Amino acid sequence: MIRLVAPSTLRRLGILGMNSRNIAYIGANNPRRNYQLVDNKLLTKKAALERGIVVPELYGVIDYQFQIDHMLEQLQGRDAFVIKPVQGSGGKGILVIVSRDGDHFVKSSGGVIDYRDLRRHTSNILAGLHSLGGRNDFAMIEALIDFNPALAEYSYEGVPDIRVIVFRGVPVMAMMRCATHASDGKANLHQGAVGVGIDIGNGHSIAAVQHGSLVTHHPDTGACFKSLRLPDWEAILDLAASCAEMTGLGYLGADIVLDRQRGPMLLELNARPGLAIQVANQEGLIHRLKVAEEIANTAPDHNARIRIARERFHRPQPVFPEAGSAPASGAA
Amino acid sequence: MIASRAKVGIVAGAMILFGLALTAYKVVRLDLPLWPGESREVWTIETKISFKPSDGPVDVELRLPRGLGGWVTLEEHFASSGFGFSVVEEQGGKVARWSRQSLEHPTTLYYKQQAYRARRDSLPAFPVSEVEAPLLEADQQAAMERLVADLRDRSSGPATFAALLVQELARAEPGQDAEFLLGTYRDTALRVVLDVLAYAGIPAHSVRGIQLQDGRRRQTLSELLEIHDGSGWQLLDPVTGASGLPDNFFVWHRGDGAALRVMGGRDSRLEFALVRNSLSAKTVVSMEQRSDDFALLDFSIYALPVEQQGIFKGILLLPVAAFVVVVMRILVGIKTSGTFMPILIALAFLQTTLLVGLAIFLTLVSVGLWIRSWLSHLNLLLVARVSAVVIVVILLMAVLALISYKLGLDQALTVTFFPTIILAWTIERMSILWEEEGGREVMVQGGGSLLVAVMAYLIMSVGVVEHLTFNFPELLVSLLGVILLIGKYTGYRLSELYRFRDMANMK
Repeated sequence: MIRLVAPSTLRRLGILGMNSRNIAYIGANNPRRNYQLVDNKLLTKKAALERGIVVPELYGVIDYQFQIDHMLEQLQGRDAFVIKPVQGSGGKGILVIVSRDGDHFVKSSGGVIDYRDLRRHTSNILAGLHSLGGRNDFAMIEALIDFNPALAEYSYEGVPDIRVIVFRGVPVMAMMRCATHASDGKANLHQGAVGVGIDIGNGHSIAAVQHGSLVTHHPDTGACFKSLRLPDWEAILDLAASCAEMTGLGYLGADIVLDRQRGPMLLELNARPGLAIQVANQEGLIHRLKVAEEIANTAPDHNARIRIARERFHRPQPVFPEAGSAPASGAA
Repeated sequence: MIASRAKVGIVAGAMILFGLALTAYKVVRLDLPLWPGESREVWTIETKISFKPSDGPVDVELRLPRGLGGWVTLEEHFASSGFGFSVVEEQGGKVARWSRQSLEHPTTLYYKQQAYRARRDSLPAFPVSEVEAPLLEADQQAAMERLVADLRDRSSGPATFAALLVQELARAEPGQDAEFLLGTYRDTALRVVLDVLAYAGIPAHSVRGIQLQDGRRRQTLSELLEIHDGSGWQLLDPVTGASGLPDNFFVWHRGDGAALRVMGGRDSRLEFALVRNSLSAKTVVSMEQRSDDFALLDFSIYALPVEQQGIFKGILLLPVAAFVVVVMRILVGIKTSGTFMPILIALAFLQTTLLVGLAIFLTLVSVGLWIRSWLSHLNLLLVARVSAVVIVVILLMAVLALISYKLGLDQALTVTFFPTIILAWTIERMSILWEEEGGREVMVQGGGSLLVAVMAYLIMSVGVVEHLTFNFPELLVSLLGVILLIGKYTGYRLSELYRFRDMANMK
């Protein structure tokens, strides 16, 4: 028998469901015309630069098939870079090269590919394989994030990124997504990445979840999530809230990474952020969204919104499992 | 947002009420049956005469069916714009005659009738005419002589003689004489049969009629063989040798002479479009009584030409399938690969039947995925790669059809009903999904699509559903209302009750 939870329980816990998210939050708060700025990563980057928001450096853009070889030549001097579709969705089609050995490129997962693979991947991107609706796309090449070594132990073969949900300019909920061996270096929770709920109040960890179950330690690196304290928390929230103002979207997910030198950096924005953040935080979104609405209606400015949010959403009690329970062992 | 909710509620409610009210009106006042059970099968037969005019006056004569074998014509209608038209009683039945002084363009004439088989009668008595020996060349005569002698030895009477003769001619390798006759006649085997029977002195003629198949659009006349065995007339299928009048055979014309004669025209063709409907016995009776002024059927899809009726029968089922997709995705939360791909698969299942369809689908997709994995090494551009997959899928379909045909599994021939392009895209998407998210996600989405397709198929293939959508298309307005309401549903999906099952323990 499959164990289900009663809808009334979910309602009491304030869990946001997909239908409700689509109609009540995305449909009602995100004007269609503003999607372009979010779905197109080049436009996002341009708008961010205009507002002084830090983004990864852009090495180049490939618009057409014939430019691929030329572009790859220009990469001669670069050892590490990321190729991604400009209009990709859900992290699809992102190729991360961490180092190279002559004509061979080493992926973040440790796999080695050659020029041919690189060319094929790029031409797939141009043909729209990874894009929303499958329309033709462009490929962009940007700098690899040199991520903050303080967080290195929390991620296996990938960059840990921080997702902040912002509702009407108020940061509502946050989590850090840590790649694991099981998730193949990707930060997608449904593929086995660990989601760590982060206290909006201080940037400390609240809970860590892999495959829907609570964990305390990273399955591959063994790092303990209980002691996770995100640096630059104030700046992260500030960045996320600025993105909401920049895009004009009422319900937004901002993906942020911490760079060693440049601090919090906007990786990408998402107009349809997923629901897994509730599991990572072990808390439903709906109650917080109601509070956020109040804050948005009363707070006078950007800084006040963040300050009040930090007070209201602070969680004094983390929900890690009892001490002594063994760390969940992933497929090592 | 509240306002838009209320608006949708009012509009949807009005739609639902409208559909139900119109249905109720049709059931109560017009006596259309709500359930298909208590009904008669009424066939609408649309006869299409097309020809190219040559110089001079045009004269077209169509022999009309006489209602043999218990068939009753409920309604008939002729379309003859610009032609002089009359129905005349001739010896052997009614003949419709269209005439015109001159004509310039290729023309099509229509004759539509609705008929049902009230009784399972056999054919009535028919005069036995003198048998005239066929005119033959000397060598044909010799062959016929030997063939008749051989068959006489092996048969016990005219009936078995005819059955043996049909078998002899239908064999893959007929005897020398039979083969010679078939070769020199350059005509259908039935002509040979008739001549051999005439030569043997057995009275015989052909019976022309239509093989009734629901939804057929370009059916032509087929023929049965009728012989007199000394005491009465016997019907024989000239291909299989089966005796008796088949249930699905609508007798058009019995005896010699053509069903259609076109003077002043060439390349004439006689084709039929067929649709079967279920009407309540009561309706059929009242139609029979006042067949001229019965306006009921002008009120529905029945008023359309038969070809369109057949198409609409299928199209009107689509909203039901779309509804299944809406329910499964919004209320249940099943992931499918491509929003409406399951509907197309379900439509294919309707043609192939479920198990055969599933087997074909799984075979095509898994072989396609295997070949696609090889294609991915070739480093092709996406559009070229998908096109390559399209061609591979078509070849696979051909191979599958051929192999199954050779093995005697006729069902797999229905493989052609699968939407090729959709299959190719499905294979491409699944293959990419496999590379990016692993085999599990492929199984989840592929399984979800199949599950939805199977459910849509099961619902579409329920007789009541087809009956309701076709006879009460206004119910689709109600369905539209329900879909609008579901479109505003903000509650949890069934899958979320599973997804968040562990959240109940928190706090």
